[in-house]
Amino acid sequence: MSVGIVLVSHSPALASATVEMARTLAGPGVSIAPAGGTADGEVGTSIDVIRNAIADADAGRGVVVLMDMGSSVLTAKTLLEDLEDGEPQLRLADAPFVEGTVAAAVLASTGAELESVARSAEEAWSMRKL
Amino acid sequence: MGCTCQYAGAAVGGLIVNLDATTARAWIVRVAELIHANEQRLTDLDATIGDGDHGANMQRGVAAAVASLEEQEPEDAGKVLNSTGRELISKTGGASGPLYGTGFRRAGKELGDEVDVQAVARALEAMLRSIEELGGATQEEKTIVDALAPAVAAFQETSGQGGDLHAAASAAAEAAERGAAATIPLQARKGRASYLGERSIGHEDPGAASTALIIRALADVTAP
Repeated sequence: MSVGIVLVSHSPALASATVEMARTLAGPGVSIAPAGGTADGEVGTSIDVIRNAIADADAGRGVVVLMDMGSSVLTAKTLLEDLEDGEPQLRLADAPFVEGTVAAAVLASTGAELESVARSAEEAWSMRKL
Repeated sequence: MGCTCQYAGAAVGGLIVNLDATTARAWIVRVAELIHANEQRLTDLDATIGDGDHGANMQRGVAAAVASLEEQEPEDAGKVLNSTGRELISKTGGASGPLYGTGFRRAGKELGDEVDVQAVARALEAMLRSIEELGGATQEEKTIVDALAPAVAAFQETSGQGGDLHAAASAAAEAAERGAAATIPLQARKGRASYLGERSIGHEDPGAASTALIIRALADVTAP
Protein backbone atom coordinates (compact mmCIF):
# COMPACT_ATOMS: atom_id res chain seq x y z
CA MET A 1 0.00 0.00 0.00
CA SER A 2 0.99 3.63 -0.54
CA VAL A 3 1.83 6.28 2.00
CA GLY A 4 -1.46 7.47 3.47
CA ILE A 5 -2.95 10.87 2.65
CA VAL A 6 -5.57 12.69 4.75
CA LEU A 7 -7.43 15.79 3.62
CA VAL A 8 -8.61 18.10 6.40
CA SER A 9 -11.25 20.60 5.33
CA HIS A 10 -13.93 22.59 7.14
CA SER A 11 -16.31 21.21 4.51
CA PRO A 12 -17.22 17.50 4.36
CA ALA A 13 -18.13 17.93 0.68
CA LEU A 14 -14.83 19.64 -0.21
CA ALA A 15 -12.76 16.93 1.50
CA SER A 16 -14.71 14.10 -0.15
CA ALA A 17 -14.73 15.67 -3.60
CA THR A 18 -10.99 16.34 -3.45
CA VAL A 19 -10.40 12.70 -2.46
CA GLU A 20 -12.51 11.60 -5.43
CA MET A 21 -10.59 13.85 -7.82
CA ALA A 22 -7.22 12.64 -6.52
CA ARG A 23 -8.29 8.99 -6.84
CA THR A 24 -9.36 9.60 -10.42
CA LEU A 25 -6.00 11.15 -11.29
CA ALA A 26 -3.74 8.86 -9.23
CA GLY A 27 -5.52 5.54 -9.46
CA PRO A 28 -7.22 3.31 -6.91
CA GLY A 29 -4.00 2.11 -5.23
CA VAL A 30 -3.53 5.29 -3.21
CA SER A 31 -4.66 5.21 0.41
CA ILE A 32 -6.43 8.56 0.83
CA ALA A 33 -9.14 9.55 3.29
CA PRO A 34 -11.27 12.67 3.83
CA ALA A 35 -11.47 14.43 7.23
CA GLY A 36 -14.13 17.02 6.46
CA GLY A 37 -16.30 18.94 8.91
CA THR A 38 -17.38 18.02 12.41
CA ALA A 39 -18.38 14.65 13.85
CA ASP A 40 -22.05 15.43 13.12
CA GLY A 41 -21.37 16.41 9.53
CA GLU A 42 -21.50 20.18 9.97
CA VAL A 43 -18.97 22.65 8.54
CA GLY A 44 -16.08 22.98 11.00
CA THR A 45 -13.15 20.97 12.29
CA SER A 46 -12.92 18.02 14.66
CA ILE A 47 -9.78 16.42 16.05
CA ASP A 48 -11.65 13.11 16.36
CA VAL A 49 -12.70 13.15 12.70
CA ILE A 50 -9.07 13.79 11.70
CA ARG A 51 -7.78 11.07 14.02
CA ASN A 52 -10.21 8.53 12.52
CA ALA A 53 -9.29 9.48 8.95
CA ILE A 54 -5.60 9.02 9.76
CA ALA A 55 -6.34 5.54 11.10
CA ASP A 56 -8.25 4.76 7.88
CA ALA A 57 -5.46 6.05 5.61
CA ASP A 58 -2.53 4.55 7.49
CA ALA A 59 -1.07 1.41 5.94
CA GLY A 60 2.07 1.42 8.07
CA ARG A 61 4.13 3.79 5.94
CA GLY A 62 3.10 7.08 7.52
CA VAL A 63 0.45 9.65 6.62
CA VAL A 64 0.71 13.01 4.86
CA VAL A 65 -1.92 15.49 6.06
CA LEU A 66 -3.11 18.42 3.94
CA MET A 67 -5.22 21.16 5.54
CA ASP A 68 -7.44 23.77 3.89
CA MET A 69 -6.94 26.73 6.28
CA GLY A 70 -7.39 28.26 9.72
CA SER A 71 -8.66 25.87 12.36
CA SER A 72 -7.93 22.88 10.10
CA VAL A 73 -4.26 23.78 10.42
CA LEU A 74 -4.43 24.46 14.17
CA THR A 75 -6.30 21.23 14.86
CA ALA A 76 -3.90 19.14 12.76
CA LYS A 77 -0.92 20.73 14.56
CA THR A 78 -2.53 19.93 17.91
CA LEU A 79 -3.05 16.32 16.86
CA LEU A 80 0.57 16.06 15.71
CA GLU A 81 1.69 17.18 19.16
CA ASP A 82 -0.49 14.48 20.73
CA LEU A 83 1.12 11.79 18.59
CA GLU A 84 4.69 13.04 18.95
CA ASP A 85 6.13 9.81 20.29
CA GLY A 86 3.46 7.53 18.89
CA GLU A 87 2.20 5.95 15.72
CA PRO A 88 1.48 6.52 12.97
CA GLN A 89 4.19 8.78 11.62
CA LEU A 90 2.54 12.05 10.53
CA ARG A 91 3.83 14.73 8.20
CA LEU A 92 1.78 17.93 7.84
CA ALA A 93 2.20 19.35 4.35
CA ASP A 94 2.28 23.14 3.94
CA ALA A 95 0.64 22.97 0.53
CA PRO A 96 -2.21 24.31 -1.62
CA PHE A 97 -5.17 22.03 -0.93
CA VAL A 98 -6.27 20.76 -4.36
CA GLU A 99 -3.02 20.99 -6.30
CA GLY A 100 -1.02 19.62 -3.37
CA THR A 101 -3.39 16.71 -2.93
CA VAL A 102 -3.17 15.70 -6.58
CA ALA A 103 0.64 16.01 -6.56
CA ALA A 104 0.91 13.94 -3.38
CA ALA A 105 -1.52 11.27 -4.61
CA VAL A 106 0.22 10.86 -7.95
CA LEU A 107 3.63 10.44 -6.34
CA ALA A 108 2.24 8.17 -3.61
CA SER A 109 0.85 5.89 -6.34
CA THR A 110 4.45 5.15 -7.40
CA GLY A 111 5.26 3.78 -3.96
CA ALA A 112 7.28 6.84 -2.86
CA GLU A 113 8.20 7.42 0.80
CA LEU A 114 6.46 9.75 3.28
CA GLU A 115 8.84 12.71 3.03
CA SER A 116 8.93 12.63 -0.78
CA VAL A 117 5.13 12.58 -0.97
CA ALA A 118 4.88 15.54 1.44
CA ARG A 119 7.51 17.48 -0.53
CA SER A 120 5.66 16.88 -3.81
CA ALA A 121 2.56 18.43 -2.23
CA GLU A 122 4.59 21.43 -1.04
CA GLU A 123 6.22 21.87 -4.44
CA ALA A 124 2.76 22.44 -5.90
CA TRP A 125 3.12 26.07 -4.76
CA SER A 126 5.58 26.62 -7.60
CA MET A 127 3.38 25.20 -10.38
CA ARG A 128 2.15 28.35 -12.10
CA LYS A 129 -1.14 28.29 -13.99
CA LEU A 130 -0.61 31.23 -16.30
CA MET B 1 -0.12 44.08 50.28
CA GLY B 2 -1.86 43.37 53.57
CA CYS B 3 -1.16 39.66 53.45
CA THR B 4 1.16 38.38 56.13
CA CYS B 5 0.90 34.95 54.52
CA GLN B 6 1.81 33.16 57.72
CA TYR B 7 -0.69 30.44 56.89
CA ALA B 8 0.36 30.02 53.27
CA GLY B 9 -0.87 26.71 51.97
CA ALA B 10 -4.30 26.91 53.50
CA ALA B 11 -7.39 29.02 53.15
CA VAL B 12 -7.21 31.84 55.68
CA GLY B 13 -10.51 33.30 56.83
CA GLY B 14 -12.22 32.33 53.57
CA LEU B 15 -9.40 33.70 51.41
CA ILE B 16 -8.33 31.34 48.63
CA VAL B 17 -4.55 31.21 48.93
CA ASN B 18 -3.77 28.37 46.55
CA LEU B 19 -5.10 26.94 43.31
CA ASP B 20 -6.03 23.50 44.59
CA ALA B 21 -8.25 21.05 42.69
CA THR B 22 -11.45 22.49 44.20
CA THR B 23 -10.57 26.04 43.23
CA ALA B 24 -9.42 24.97 39.77
CA ARG B 25 -12.73 23.17 39.22
CA ALA B 26 -14.60 26.24 40.44
CA TRP B 27 -12.60 28.32 37.95
CA ILE B 28 -13.72 26.19 35.00
CA VAL B 29 -17.34 26.14 36.22
CA ARG B 30 -17.21 29.95 36.51
CA VAL B 31 -15.73 30.18 32.99
CA ALA B 32 -18.72 28.19 31.74
CA GLU B 33 -21.12 30.54 33.58
CA LEU B 34 -19.50 33.67 32.15
CA ILE B 35 -19.34 32.21 28.63
CA HIS B 36 -23.01 31.26 28.90
CA ALA B 37 -23.98 34.73 30.10
CA ASN B 38 -21.96 36.32 27.27
CA GLU B 39 -22.70 33.81 24.51
CA GLN B 40 -24.75 36.24 22.45
CA ARG B 41 -22.18 39.04 22.82
CA LEU B 42 -19.34 36.72 21.67
CA THR B 43 -21.42 35.52 18.74
CA ASP B 44 -22.33 39.09 17.77
CA LEU B 45 -18.67 40.18 17.91
CA ASP B 46 -17.71 37.18 15.78
CA ALA B 47 -20.54 37.75 13.30
CA THR B 48 -19.12 41.22 12.62
CA ILE B 49 -15.60 40.14 11.61
CA GLY B 50 -15.55 36.33 11.88
CA ASP B 51 -17.90 33.49 11.05
CA GLY B 52 -20.36 34.08 13.88
CA ASP B 53 -19.86 30.86 15.81
CA HIS B 54 -17.53 31.85 18.66
CA GLY B 55 -20.23 32.09 21.31
CA ALA B 56 -21.80 28.74 20.42
CA ASN B 57 -18.40 27.07 20.03
CA MET B 58 -17.11 28.27 23.40
CA GLN B 59 -20.40 27.34 25.06
CA ARG B 60 -20.13 23.78 23.69
CA GLY B 61 -16.46 23.45 24.67
CA VAL B 62 -16.73 24.69 28.25
CA ALA B 63 -19.93 22.72 28.86
CA ALA B 64 -18.07 19.55 27.81
CA ALA B 65 -15.15 20.52 30.06
CA VAL B 66 -17.45 20.96 33.10
CA ALA B 67 -19.26 17.69 32.37
CA SER B 68 -15.95 15.84 32.19
CA LEU B 69 -14.74 17.34 35.50
CA GLU B 70 -17.97 16.26 37.20
CA GLU B 71 -17.49 12.75 35.90
CA GLN B 72 -13.77 12.32 36.58
CA GLU B 73 -13.04 14.56 39.59
CA PRO B 74 -9.27 15.02 38.92
CA GLU B 75 -7.28 15.10 42.17
CA ASP B 76 -5.08 18.16 41.55
CA ALA B 77 -5.32 21.49 39.78
CA GLY B 78 -2.89 20.49 37.03
CA LYS B 79 -5.08 17.54 36.10
CA VAL B 80 -8.20 19.75 36.19
CA LEU B 81 -6.62 22.11 33.65
CA ASN B 82 -5.32 19.22 31.55
CA SER B 83 -8.78 17.62 31.39
CA THR B 84 -10.29 21.00 30.50
CA GLY B 85 -7.80 21.44 27.68
CA ARG B 86 -8.52 18.01 26.29
CA GLU B 87 -12.28 18.63 26.21
CA LEU B 88 -11.87 22.08 24.66
CA ILE B 89 -9.72 20.63 21.86
CA SER B 90 -12.18 17.83 21.23
CA LYS B 91 -15.51 19.62 21.52
CA THR B 92 -15.15 23.35 20.80
CA GLY B 93 -14.72 23.40 17.01
CA GLY B 94 -13.23 26.41 15.27
CA ALA B 95 -9.79 27.84 15.95
CA SER B 96 -10.54 28.60 19.60
CA GLY B 97 -10.72 24.86 20.44
CA PRO B 98 -7.11 23.95 19.67
CA LEU B 99 -5.85 27.34 20.89
CA TYR B 100 -7.54 27.43 24.30
CA GLY B 101 -7.31 23.65 24.62
CA THR B 102 -3.56 23.62 24.05
CA GLY B 103 -3.25 26.60 26.41
CA PHE B 104 -5.07 24.86 29.28
CA ARG B 105 -3.18 21.60 28.71
CA ARG B 106 0.21 23.32 28.82
CA ALA B 107 -0.85 25.29 31.88
CA GLY B 108 -1.92 22.05 33.56
CA LYS B 109 1.37 20.36 32.68
CA GLU B 110 3.36 23.32 34.02
CA LEU B 111 1.30 23.46 37.20
CA GLY B 112 1.52 19.75 38.00
CA ASP B 113 0.56 19.35 41.65
CA GLU B 114 1.93 22.75 42.68
CA VAL B 115 -0.64 25.24 43.81
CA ASP B 116 0.92 28.51 45.03
CA VAL B 117 0.57 31.84 43.31
CA GLN B 118 4.06 31.65 41.76
CA ALA B 119 3.20 28.27 40.19
CA VAL B 120 -0.03 29.73 38.79
CA ALA B 121 2.00 32.61 37.30
CA ARG B 122 4.23 30.10 35.54
CA ALA B 123 1.22 28.11 34.36
CA LEU B 124 -0.44 31.18 32.85
CA GLU B 125 2.83 32.07 31.13
CA ALA B 126 2.95 28.54 29.66
CA MET B 127 -0.64 29.00 28.47
CA LEU B 128 0.31 32.23 26.70
CA ARG B 129 3.47 30.81 25.10
CA SER B 130 1.70 27.70 23.79
CA ILE B 131 -1.11 29.77 22.24
CA GLU B 132 1.40 32.14 20.64
CA GLU B 133 3.34 29.18 19.28
CA LEU B 134 0.35 27.26 17.89
CA GLY B 135 -1.37 30.29 16.36
CA GLY B 136 1.82 32.05 15.29
CA ALA B 137 0.38 35.30 16.67
CA THR B 138 2.10 38.15 18.49
CA GLN B 139 0.55 41.17 20.20
CA GLU B 140 -1.42 43.76 18.21
CA GLU B 141 -2.65 41.25 15.62
CA LYS B 142 -6.19 41.35 17.07
CA THR B 143 -6.25 37.92 18.73
CA ILE B 144 -6.46 36.12 22.09
CA VAL B 145 -2.84 37.18 22.67
CA ASP B 146 -3.86 40.85 22.98
CA ALA B 147 -5.83 40.03 26.13
CA LEU B 148 -3.74 37.15 27.48
CA ALA B 149 -0.28 38.73 27.23
CA PRO B 150 -1.11 41.80 29.36
CA ALA B 151 -3.04 39.54 31.76
CA VAL B 152 -0.02 37.30 32.31
CA ALA B 153 2.26 40.33 32.75
CA ALA B 154 -0.11 41.85 35.33
CA PHE B 155 -0.45 38.54 37.17
CA GLN B 156 3.35 38.14 37.34
CA GLU B 157 3.88 41.72 38.46
CA THR B 158 1.28 41.55 41.22
CA SER B 159 2.36 38.13 42.50
CA GLY B 160 6.02 39.19 42.29
CA GLN B 161 5.25 42.09 44.62
CA GLY B 162 3.75 39.71 47.17
CA GLY B 163 0.15 39.85 45.99
CA ASP B 164 -1.97 36.81 46.72
CA LEU B 165 -3.83 34.69 44.17
CA HIS B 166 -6.94 36.89 44.15
CA ALA B 167 -4.96 40.13 43.89
CA ALA B 168 -2.91 38.74 41.01
CA ALA B 169 -5.97 37.30 39.23
CA SER B 170 -7.89 40.57 39.67
CA ALA B 171 -5.03 42.60 38.21
CA ALA B 172 -4.81 40.08 35.36
CA ALA B 173 -8.56 40.29 34.69
CA GLU B 174 -8.46 44.07 34.51
CA ALA B 175 -5.46 43.93 32.17
CA ALA B 176 -7.22 41.33 29.97
CA GLU B 177 -10.35 43.50 29.76
CA ARG B 178 -8.27 46.55 28.83
CA GLY B 179 -6.37 44.42 26.28
CA ALA B 180 -9.60 43.16 24.72
CA ALA B 181 -10.98 46.71 24.45
CA ALA B 182 -7.68 47.81 22.90
CA THR B 183 -8.22 45.39 19.99
CA ILE B 184 -11.04 47.63 18.68
CA PRO B 185 -8.79 49.99 16.65
CA LEU B 186 -6.49 47.18 15.49
CA GLN B 187 -6.49 45.60 12.04
CA ALA B 188 -6.76 41.81 12.14
CA ARG B 189 -3.68 39.90 10.97
CA LYS B 190 -4.85 36.34 11.69
CA GLY B 191 -7.83 34.20 10.75
CA ARG B 192 -10.91 35.04 8.75
CA ALA B 193 -11.00 38.65 9.94
CA SER B 194 -7.60 39.29 8.34
CA TYR B 195 -9.18 38.94 4.89
CA LEU B 196 -11.28 42.01 5.70
CA GLY B 197 -8.16 44.18 5.84
CA GLU B 198 -8.97 47.66 7.13
CA ARG B 199 -12.64 46.73 7.49
CA SER B 200 -11.70 44.68 10.56
CA ILE B 201 -10.84 47.96 12.34
CA GLY B 202 -13.44 49.28 14.80
CA HIS B 203 -14.57 45.94 16.27
CA GLU B 204 -13.47 44.08 19.40
CA ASP B 205 -11.81 40.74 18.74
CA PRO B 206 -14.09 37.92 19.97
CA GLY B 207 -11.12 35.76 21.02
CA ALA B 208 -9.68 38.56 23.16
CA ALA B 209 -13.18 39.07 24.63
CA SER B 210 -13.50 35.40 25.64
CA THR B 211 -9.97 35.43 27.09
CA ALA B 212 -10.99 38.34 29.33
CA LEU B 213 -13.92 36.22 30.59
CA ILE B 214 -11.61 33.26 31.34
CA ILE B 215 -9.26 35.41 33.43
CA ARG B 216 -12.15 37.25 35.12
CA ALA B 217 -13.51 33.85 36.17
CA LEU B 218 -10.25 33.12 38.04
CA ALA B 219 -10.53 36.43 39.88
CA ASP B 220 -14.16 35.68 40.76
CA VAL B 221 -13.53 32.24 42.30
CA THR B 222 -10.51 33.37 44.33
CA ALA B 223 -12.36 36.30 45.92
CA PRO B 224 -12.60 36.15 49.73
